[in-house]
Amino acid sequence: MRLIDRTPKVDRRSFLASTGAAALVVTSTSVLCPTESWGVEAQNLKPETVRTLIRMSRDIYPHDRLADRFYAVAVKGMDGKATEGAPLKATLEDGVAKLDEAAKAAHGVPYADVGWEHQRVALLRAIEGDPFFQTVRGDLVVSLYNQKELWPIFGYQGESASQGGYIKRGFNDIDWL
Amino acid sequence: MPAPYKTDDDSVVVVIGSGAGGGTVGSELALNGVDTVILEAGKRYSIEDFVNDEWESFGQLAWLDERSTSGNWRVHKDFAGLPAWIVKSVGGSTIHWAGASLRFQDHEWKAKTTYGDVAGANLLDWPIDGKEMEPWYTKAEDRMGTTRTHGIEGLPGNNNFKVMKAGADKLGYKECSTGRMSINSAPRDGRGSCQQIGFCFQGCKSGAKWSTLYAEIPKGEKTGKLEVRPECHVTRIEHDDKGKVTGVVYFDKDGKEQRQKARAVCVAGNSIESPRLLLNSASGMFKDGLANSSGQVGRNYMRHTTGSVYGIFEKPVHMFRGTTMAGIIQDEAHNNPKRGFVGGYEFETLSIGLPFMAAFLDPGGWGRDFSAAMDGYSNMAGMWIVGEDMPQANNRITLNADKKDKYGMPTPNVHFDDHPNDNAMRNHAYRQGAALYEAVGATRTFPTPPYPSTHNLGTNRMSADAKDGVVNQHGQTHDIKNLFVSDGSQFTTGAAENPTLTIVALALRQAAYIRDQMAKGEI
Ligand SMILES: Cc1cc2nc3c(=O)[nH]c(=O)nc-3n(C[C@H](O)[C@H](O)[C@H](O)COP(=O)(O)OP(=O)(O)OC[C@H]3O[C@@H](n4cnc5c(N)ncnc54)[C@H](O)[C@@H]3O)c2cc1C
Ligand code: SF4
Repeated sequence: MRLIDRTPKVDRRSFLASTGAAALVVTSTSVLCPTESWGVEAQNLKPETVRTLIRMSRDIYPHDRLADRFYAVAVKGMDGKATEGAPLKATLEDGVAKLDEAAKAAHGVPYADVGWEHQRVALLRAIEGDPFFQTVRGDLVVSLYNQKELWPIFGYQGESASQGGYIKRGFNDIDWL
Repeated sequence: MPAPYKTDDDSVVVVIGSGAGGGTVGSELALNGVDTVILEAGKRYSIEDFVNDEWESFGQLAWLDERSTSGNWRVHKDFAGLPAWIVKSVGGSTIHWAGASLRFQDHEWKAKTTYGDVAGANLLDWPIDGKEMEPWYTKAEDRMGTTRTHGIEGLPGNNNFKVMKAGADKLGYKECSTGRMSINSAPRDGRGSCQQIGFCFQGCKSGAKWSTLYAEIPKGEKTGKLEVRPECHVTRIEHDDKGKVTGVVYFDKDGKEQRQKARAVCVAGNSIESPRLLLNSASGMFKDGLANSSGQVGRNYMRHTTGSVYGIFEKPVHMFRGTTMAGIIQDEAHNNPKRGFVGGYEFETLSIGLPFMAAFLDPGGWGRDFSAAMDGYSNMAGMWIVGEDMPQANNRITLNADKKDKYGMPTPNVHFDDHPNDNAMRNHAYRQGAALYEAVGATRTFPTPPYPSTHNLGTNRMSADAKDGVVNQHGQTHDIKNLFVSDGSQFTTGAAENPTLTIVALALRQAAYIRDQMAKGEI
């Protein structure tokens, strides 16, 4: 991910999204995370859309031990593919717009600002058969879990041949049976 | 004549595909002194090229040409464009395979006689039996270095196996071990021993696991009688007006159309591509496709009754450490219709990494129910169910007339409906698997649905009578003397065992037959 500014300045049009695991700031071009010192520049999608997709991604695969940046990396990949004219761009923009409408109708605020996870999940359950939801979930199941940086958090050790395999590194070390 | 061979050399035997069947039959023909050309659609990699990374390796090795699916099997819903998980490269699926090498049980050669009439199933007895295959199994096990045969020691058990074994003991299962695996437990045949790397599916980086890529093909090539042409995709088999095959048309790595003449042709493209190729080779003389007078080409597609059971425990397991499939329970493999189904199934240890677990544990699943399971990854143990499925006439490979690949060939559709016997067996295995893990303290278990098919069988089946199947007891097509099928598509029925040892044994036997038929001037 590109760190666009280590101490992001927030312009006047920005707003603070209050419900994230770490508060995210949306500027005219980017989504910033001041506490984790990262930012994603929205290349093709609206920054608000990127922000909503990050929220939605966590709601699809909620891991409380994962910081927002892992979800942001996944969404950045989707943003990169949603180029002008690509069907993906319309799927994501329209999908988020409709999700926000549904959130406003039910809770009076856009999706990313709905307070409880179960409330947001209910909004997602209502659309889980839709191409929008399936596109995001289908991308995420690879783009989230295939990030090498998060494997250690799950105890997965990844590549092993260069380390001589596990023959001397605990292939049979189970001790509680 | 030594290799390489000219395309107009009509004295060569052409083998299509270089996997378990093709790589073996091609190498063995060369060792028998027969001039042989293997045409392989995929690239040729070496062990150094393999990567310990599930998705990257998948992109490198998997057969990703367009395919479609239909039927009520779960794979159609979850992976509509990926009916099978198989390899496109020299070595074929023996690069992916896990090494489990089991002989058929005697009764499995005679499924129709043993199980009787099963409604909806198109059962048939094999025209061969365990006694006939015994010496070929012995030869295959020696070639492959199968553990627990020929005095080769079993592999040591890893963490995943230890959980399985503890559960098997609690349930009273008696036939549990680290299995018969074509993976070196000690250096053998110029290859080293298993380093417990844990990426058996991604190509074994130590070469301990048998693969035609480095264990057979180089031996064939050393004779000077084998030429392997990678990146050559065969689209058609041609014949003369006497109905004998004369050669094949293929596209080379530059996309140029080529024609290789042949004295005989062995088809070994795995059970989707092999029938597809025969169907695509239809001609004025053979309107329904080559060797299809029985109408059985493409039918009776089998994939084994599969599924997985994963369990999460209070404490770490680290199942991914070490050999992926060196663990087996065979107590349920016997035919015991009292369980509510005919045939049997094996439990085999199985581990997939975090990226594949996300995709396969509960395809389509999401939310806390799903992510909590992923959070338990390091405390997870897993095993795979592999059981005999029923051949059904309408489970079949057909051509999509309206969809063409880049060579202009119709793409294949794979239709599969689960048979009630398959479902009953799978549900029995889910229950037993969950009970096994619960007996060692699992806090949560998962009945994971089948993955895209890794065992693809039966679509050019072997039969005594030409009207029941496509090939005879030697894999020679009933209709065309110099056309052979050398892969898993010749299986009459699937048995409960992983198929590769049987594919290899049949290929070794077929190579000897072809040599003899050539010597007699029959082909
Ligand atoms: C992940 C995984 C694990 C497995 N584990 C086991 C196991 O433990 N034990 C076991 O017994 N089996 C296992 N198998 C199954 C085993 O790999 C296959 O049953 C076996 O390799 C099938 O042999 P085959 O010759 O039919 O086809 P393959 O080995 O798939 O070879 C077919 C070859 O033909 C080529 N080809 C296809 N069409 C064309 C064409 N038109 N022109 C040119 N070339 C073509 C393909 O590229 C391929 O290289 C596993 C499979 C997978 C995927
Ligand atoms: S575990 Fe053994 S067989 Fe599997 S990849 Fe590693 S060395 Fe090869």
